[in-house]
Amino acid sequence: MSSRAAARLLSWRWSAVANTFTLDPVVVTVIAAMAVVTYLTKGGGLWLLTHVEISDRVEASLEVLPGAIIVAVLGPELASGGPPEWLAGGVVAAVAWKTGNILLALVTGVGAIVIFRTVL
Amino acid sequence: MVPDDPDGPADDTTNEMTFNWDGIRTGFVTCVPVALGVAGYGIAFGVLADRAGLTVAETALMSATVLAGASQIIAVELWSDPVPAAAIVLAVFAVNLRYSLMGAALRPWFRHLSATRSYLSLFFMADENWALTIRDLTSGSGRGAFLLGSGLAMWVFWVVSSVVGVAVGGVIDDPAMYGLDYILAATFIALAVELWDGASTVVPWTVALVTALVTAQVLSGHWHVIAGGGAAAIVEMVRRG
Repeated sequence: MSSRAAARLLSWRWSAVANTFTLDPVVVTVIAAMAVVTYLTKGGGLWLLTHVEISDRVEASLEVLPGAIIVAVLGPELASGGPPEWLAGGVVAAVAWKTGNILLALVTGVGAIVIFRTVL
Repeated sequence: MVPDDPDGPADDTTNEMTFNWDGIRTGFVTCVPVALGVAGYGIAFGVLADRAGLTVAETALMSATVLAGASQIIAVELWSDPVPAAAIVLAVFAVNLRYSLMGAALRPWFRHLSATRSYLSLFFMADENWALTIRDLTSGSGRGAFLLGSGLAMWVFWVVSSVVGVAVGGVIDDPAMYGLDYILAATFIALAVELWDGASTVVPWTVALVTALVTAQVLSGHWHVIAGGGAAAIVEMVRRG
């Protein structure tokens, strides 16, 4: 990390400590917008099914969204990592596959990344 | 293709649906161990929020009103000065679009509940407690308040752990040292394994992956999430047409 980045981090951290209970109006507005669009997604699906006739084709195409979004997030994230991230990813996948326990997979994965980053 | 009868699954829910304290309590208790695990993720979010320059109050407000982990992490990763509001809100919407489908999947049971109860419960829906709720309702429990109860557990642990993350964020020097930066990737990998459905997922996932990788090369921010998800949905629509 460059010294400038470190200084910036430090100043951020200092301001966070100094302004624990500060609510910036711009920040609150963005958070409110995030809350609104998120609630639209949470309530919108049920609302649509209740009020609008959706073609099977559209409905079927929407079924792939959860997996597709997850893959779209993961791809570039893992591509920007290195062997420790890839190997730990394999560990997570194996544990999730074998046990079906997301919590266990998560804990193992975090342990694995710490070890792989130290060893590799 | 044979069109599915949208009202088909409703036939399994002839049992009376309840919405009471017992359902809330059962949902809450069932979800506590899962919410505890998600709290680790909440701490990671708090650390990121601190690094993005958010205050404790702002982080708590976000967790309490948005309650959608992956999208909140992406939001604080996009955070800079000045705040790219449009990109953040759009990315949050794109990442959370999956909730529409999850909410829709609850319809066979929620059609027996009043609109107020349904839409109140849906505010508290996150990935983990949605899965627990589907499991509970499919068993024929008739507990209409399970989503609300499990969601309240998620909400409490999520808000508290976010605040802990911001506070600890000033102390922990490098989250990567503790592997905290890997929690999102690990969660998503585990979720991907659960969502993997063999042959039917190969084409949409490949389309999403390739589109996302290419987009990430061209655009900064998280536009690759929208591009990858959108491309997969469009290709799927064409494929089924």
